[in-house]
Amino acid sequence: MATLIRILGDFDLAEDAVQEAFVIAVERWPRDGLPDNPGAWLVRTARNRAIDRVRRDRRYEDKLRELERLMPGQPDDPTDTSLPDDRLRLFFTCCHPALNPEARVALTLRTLGGLSTPEVARAFLTGEKAMQQRIVRAKRKIRDARIPYQVPADHELPDRLRSLLTVLYLIFNEGYLASESDTVVRRELCDEAIRLGRLLGALMPDESEVRGLLALMLLHHSRRDARVDEDGELVLLAEQDRSLWRRDEIEEGIRLAAKAGASGPYAVQAAIAAEHVADVTDWTHVVALYSRLVELDPSPVVELNRAVAVSMAAGPEAGLELVARLENGRLEDYHLLHATRADLLRRLGRAEEAARAYRRAHELAANPAERALLERRLGELSR
Amino acid sequence: MKYMLLIIGDESQYADWSEEDMATQMQAWDEYTKSLVAAGAFVSGEGLQTSTTATTLQVQDGERILTDGPFAETKEQIGGFYVIDCKNLDEAVDWAAKLPSARRGGVTEIRPVMDYGPEYDDPHSVERQGAAS
Repeated sequence: MATLIRILGDFDLAEDAVQEAFVIAVERWPRDGLPDNPGAWLVRTARNRAIDRVRRDRRYEDKLRELERLMPGQPDDPTDTSLPDDRLRLFFTCCHPALNPEARVALTLRTLGGLSTPEVARAFLTGEKAMQQRIVRAKRKIRDARIPYQVPADHELPDRLRSLLTVLYLIFNEGYLASESDTVVRRELCDEAIRLGRLLGALMPDESEVRGLLALMLLHHSRRDARVDEDGELVLLAEQDRSLWRRDEIEEGIRLAAKAGASGPYAVQAAIAAEHVADVTDWTHVVALYSRLVELDPSPVVELNRAVAVSMAAGPEAGLELVARLENGRLEDYHLLHATRADLLRRLGRAEEAARAYRRAHELAANPAERALLERRLGELSR
Repeated sequence: MKYMLLIIGDESQYADWSEEDMATQMQAWDEYTKSLVAAGAFVSGEGLQTSTTATTLQVQDGERILTDGPFAETKEQIGGFYVIDCKNLDEAVDWAAKLPSARRGGVTEIRPVMDYGPEYDDPHSVERQGAAS
């Protein structure tokens, strides 16, 4: 479909053609039997449908010529029918910063991830109709404002790649935050993001940040069975049953993270995640990595994480000092700041102050699993 | 494909400009326009007088209601525009990023111009045909 979209320059046309091809398949295959190569058959049929539709519209004359020139009896490829370059172009189009972030996510999942519109809606807890409208509006803007199907020029590439990686990480995080009670498609967003990350990695093998993000996602995802206990409650990293971690994914993640070499924000985060799953975490190294991350991508949340690492490397007192500095800033209403403070105070034996901080964190936390964890901690304090 | 670059900025900043600042700015705009022309991307462009000179009109039941000032009373106002011709939005963004105003931190709205098809392309051609017949 990526190839069709590029040639036609029109999502709707390509999609309609593919849709029609499926309809024809549903009619014909039960009657005539499966073709030798169903995938190639679909593409060929979709292309023919597109040509038919294009013929009806004289404005598409040029595109028609290109379509016929580019795809005359293309050899049948059972695994994939679009050129890799086309999929990379499509990635950049779907994640174009001229589209709003929600639309980027939806388009990427629909076009490159192969989710249907209702699935995307369910995955993002949105109504089907609203999601449909969001996608239609984005596709219209791509066509009308002529957002190009091309890999951006070198001077734009770093910015545009960042936008693309953000989309993948957003998809991943939606899945990561999903709970057991969520729909299956929502929980599978992590797999989808990793699949897209692998695809992008194959298309851009020289980009260390692509590798870094893939490593980061694999390392987080490898702990999925250990993160939540039987009652659906969050289990902190230090208390997780390591036998539940997926060794193969961890090894792949560590290998990729090492190759990415802490060169950009994702690669640094992957290096941190790799330390977390190591048999013995080198906290001094983690502090150094967080310091690097503060340089690359400064944010109070990163500083908070750095404070946690410092408390592990140099003791809770040192961590608490850093947390105190963040307290009156933008993180005042951030539940994790208070939860972190509470943990540090608990470790210092200052139970009363710790309880106050846990309560404040509990007030601010929205996620039920996080609230349950905080309640548990508060209960442990009084014991 | 044609795009309009709407140049938006805070007009009050020009108030403290010296004549020298003004001359430097004028030269920057002149060079920008020339680079558009050289690339074959220039269609048209104008700078506008400040919004204090604007008059807003609305005709209601045949009555002309005039208001002093621009349509939207905001701190940032449209100060000028270019219509450029280029291949796609990425190229238009590239041109917009090079605007002297953009380099000073100004805002630019990039709007694709409507394409009515070849028969409506040039309003003058319709007029001329009308005059000939």
